[in-house]
Amino acid sequence: MIKPPSDFDIELRMLVEAVYLKYNYDFRDYTGASQKRRVLVAMREMECDTVSALQAKVLHEPNGFAQLLQFLTIPVSEMFRDPEYFLAIREQVVPLLKTYPSLKIWIAGCSTGEEVYSMAILLKEEGLLERSIIYATDINPKSLEAARRGVFQLERMRLFTENYQKSGGKAAFSDYYTAAYGGALFDRDLIENVTFADHSLATDSVFSETHFVSCRNVLIYFNRRLQDRVFGLFHESLCHRGFLGLGSKESIDFSSYADRFESLARRERLFRKVGV
Amino acid sequence: MSSRVDRTLPAEQQLAPLMAGRRIEMVVIGGSAGGVDALVGLLPALPSRFDAAVACILHVPADRESRLASLFDARVPLPVVEARDKQPILPGTVYFAGAGYHLSIEEDRSFSLSCEAPVHFARPAIDILMESAADVFGEGLVGILLTGANYDGADGMRRIRECGGLTIVQDPDEAQSSTMPLEAIRRCAPHLVLPLAGIRTVLPLLETP
Repeated sequence: MIKPPSDFDIELRMLVEAVYLKYNYDFRDYTGASQKRRVLVAMREMECDTVSALQAKVLHEPNGFAQLLQFLTIPVSEMFRDPEYFLAIREQVVPLLKTYPSLKIWIAGCSTGEEVYSMAILLKEEGLLERSIIYATDINPKSLEAARRGVFQLERMRLFTENYQKSGGKAAFSDYYTAAYGGALFDRDLIENVTFADHSLATDSVFSETHFVSCRNVLIYFNRRLQDRVFGLFHESLCHRGFLGLGSKESIDFSSYADRFESLARRERLFRKVGV
Repeated sequence: MSSRVDRTLPAEQQLAPLMAGRRIEMVVIGGSAGGVDALVGLLPALPSRFDAAVACILHVPADRESRLASLFDARVPLPVVEARDKQPILPGTVYFAGAGYHLSIEEDRSFSLSCEAPVHFARPAIDILMESAADVFGEGLVGILLTGANYDGADGMRRIRECGGLTIVQDPDEAQSSTMPLEAIRRCAPHLVLPLAGIRTVLPLLETP
């Protein structure tokens, strides 16, 4: 039996459609349950009783969409999140990356930059940073701005340091930042070769060939259709036998690209493009 | 539908009128402090064939890989697995929420994971799983809330009740930690409040007659 959609579901679909038509941000293939919760939070914070009222605000008020976007995207990250992922990169990916004269690495959905700085530190310690170009992309301009600044809250440094140590870090973590004004400012030379760019996995296409794509805890917000699109982008971007890293609970198994990648480190979610 | 149930009756007799005309598709079981022990007493009562899917969620530390699914797989007659992102929900299967991510249920009857902020300091949060399940399964959902030392689950149980689902709370007098069942009773007026032994009796009966 097909249940008729609730008023909320109808309005939600219209909101997402309006956002797409007016701002070309495509949330139409985001998974329903978490999007619904985020819209409920946005309604509360933006003081709207209905999704339709929120839609009116987003369409007609100058700052409405920029505000909503902060709720629709989820900037939750930490440096060296899931340290075993970074340890596996060091042990299993880096030796192969070292065979390339130059490297292109794509951090897709980089949010506020925690993973960008983590990756840059890892590459630096492995002697690869100078020959690498890192593309750090996201759809949220505010997040990209924060990522560019590279200032993280001081009170998070304890967790980040712990993660860094577990990830096989070779130096003192505090070597990489300067504490000032309650924040930790990360060294600018870490992002010398980083290009921060506004890029949508839902609407944009491939912009470069890459050797390694790291996209963690982004795909869980996409439905299977959009996941397939994104795996397609990564597959197209990756060079022959290129590497793909996902979040610790993400998998390719339910996608139509399942057989186009092979597992390199199963638990750490590192994959390799299958040769043809 | 009346919520007046004679609490002196045996558990299965309390359940019977509530099951009339109901087709159960999913049972969500939540718990926190003491929850593992409670589930050890509960899940082995499941039969080897069961029409509904069962989703269990306990508060587990985010930095530790949850081993609950493998722990229970050996003790439960049904297959027990950790719920994975985009995994279609199958009847007769017991799913566990993994550590560090919220677990939700989607309209197409699959699971999804998310990293939103913790709810009641918990990720996975019982409220999130129950609320999303209530939206999808409506009357076909049963929510069971066990022992626990915080307020997670109370709002989820209320949503299940509002959407027509069946709600069962462990008797706070015998729960290892009574905070969670008490709050659920306060906020959702559950259909049944039963000791673990009673929940154990009704669990295998939560099927289409």
